[in-house]
Amino acid sequence: MTAAGAAGAGLPVRARGRSKRRSLAQKLGFAALGACMAANVFFLGAILFFIASRGLGAINWAFLTQVPRDSMTAGGVAPAIVGTLYLTLGAVLFALPLGVACAVYLTEYSPKGWSAALLRVGVNNLAGVPSVVFGLFGLTVFVKYFGFGVSIVSGSLTLGILALPVIISASQEALTAVPQSVREASLALGATQWETIRRVVLPAALPGILTGVILSVGRVAGETAPILFTAAAFYVRGFPQSPMSEVMALPYHIYALMTEGTHPEIQTRIAYGCSLLLLALVLSVSLIAILIRQRQRKACHAA
Amino acid sequence: MQHDAVIDYERQMGMENFHPSLVRGPVGAAADPAGEGRSPAPEPKLTARGVNFYYGSKQALRGVNIGFSPRRVTAIIGPSGCGKSTFIRLLNRMQELVPETRMEGEILLDGLDIMSSACDPSELRKRVGMVFQKPNPFPKTIYENVAYGPEVNGVKGRNLIEEKVVDSLKKAALWGEVKDRLKDSALGLSGGQQQRLCIARCLAVEPEVILFDEPCASLDPISTGKVEELILELKKDYTIVIVTHNMQQAARVSDRTAFFLMGELVEEGDTERIFKAPRDGRTEDYITGRFG
Repeated sequence: MTAAGAAGAGLPVRARGRSKRRSLAQKLGFAALGACMAANVFFLGAILFFIASRGLGAINWAFLTQVPRDSMTAGGVAPAIVGTLYLTLGAVLFALPLGVACAVYLTEYSPKGWSAALLRVGVNNLAGVPSVVFGLFGLTVFVKYFGFGVSIVSGSLTLGILALPVIISASQEALTAVPQSVREASLALGATQWETIRRVVLPAALPGILTGVILSVGRVAGETAPILFTAAAFYVRGFPQSPMSEVMALPYHIYALMTEGTHPEIQTRIAYGCSLLLLALVLSVSLIAILIRQRQRKACHAA
Repeated sequence: MQHDAVIDYERQMGMENFHPSLVRGPVGAAADPAGEGRSPAPEPKLTARGVNFYYGSKQALRGVNIGFSPRRVTAIIGPSGCGKSTFIRLLNRMQELVPETRMEGEILLDGLDIMSSACDPSELRKRVGMVFQKPNPFPKTIYENVAYGPEVNGVKGRNLIEEKVVDSLKKAALWGEVKDRLKDSALGLSGGQQQRLCIARCLAVEPEVILFDEPCASLDPISTGKVEELILELKKDYTIVIVTHNMQQAARVSDRTAFFLMGELVEEGDTERIFKAPRDGRTEDYITGRFG
């Protein structure tokens, strides 16, 4: 008899029954969790399959590289791809430094009193604001007040504000996760607080901050409402010429094709093509960011 | 008699009879020509006078007076919560990072009041280095860890920095183990190696005083032995203060021992004397293992 068997045999009958019940409960629990997981994967797979099966047919080299022709029924969507890239890039360029700076202030400098707590609540609430409200804000402030007009700049800034809360809270989390002992080590070597933040804390927090950027890129690239009034146009001749020009963008293009089209049959197909493209774009950006993060991690941690 | 001289010295050091001459003036080799551990110690490098410390309204240190001499190891012993770590962290002003704390009294480094506005905390910490309880290397390479101190302290030139890195690693008795993997992450080292790396990192800044805050608390006996050997070696050039809750360690590495209890410096003196003939009943109780 094995040692485990001997131990089991030694238990009183009631205890053996209880342990059976407990192991059954555990099995049921795991099964339920597994089922939830499977449902998740199923929906993800279904969406991907649905989009891919309908969009794949529309995608070819011309679709990716040409400008639209014959009132959106032929040609490609290259300007919309470029427009989305510009808008996303602009938003990240604006929101990343601002968001990281804000997170550094909140975690490293601000007094830990009610004012910091208030700021934190503010940031979190910013994340809950509906995106169309950001769009209206952008219209009022950037398009009208600052006079940037309907342009890449206005759209990028609006999207940037949308991305801010995600970047701030991810950066805050990453900064808080850097152990206090590492900060102390740096200070004890005669470094100032700023040197400590710049040379030790921020590099250590970088992987976490990049996670925030990945999340925000995913969100920003796919948003329609914020660019509705601030940047997007249904049709622009050729590619955007300057940061002050209107642009086509994939999410808005999908919306426009599905609502204002004259040839629904053909345009629906193009819309699915655009959806697939947008999905691929977001995924590949995430992938690149994940790769950067992995390399950072490897550099930081033990091999 | 030699013994009496030591006791006289301790009376002076230990409590209220502080003479200003003990803390003023440069401390040079001349102060201790023979360099013998048993001779009256040279003038203290670092002196605490009437130090009180409060966390909020709770008093953690009560009227601590003590001096630390160059080329000596002073061990601070005492049970958990006696204020020994709090005290050592005051010596390089790390404790002021803890919010809602307050200190009274004076701490003098070569006669300079380190709490005065004339003393910049970064400059102070450059002169008074610290090794922490848990090894805390930066998540960077081994080389970068040691180079960091000289870099932030304005040492220019790649060769000069490299020289300092190699030199510090050698002094910390780590060079042989890491010379082929300087570009590897410091977090890949073992705990003991990490702690010696932290010592090397501290040495690279060329401090005058080194504070060890329970440096072996998280190390195995072999690593502990290596760190202790290192401390004895470093004694030749530095003023060393080590906090430990391990009395054997205090006996092995220190020339002088200070016993803290409930925020009070109960007794301070020659290590041998403290362990063989403690004057205070509380010290005796602690040393003989009656509590703590």
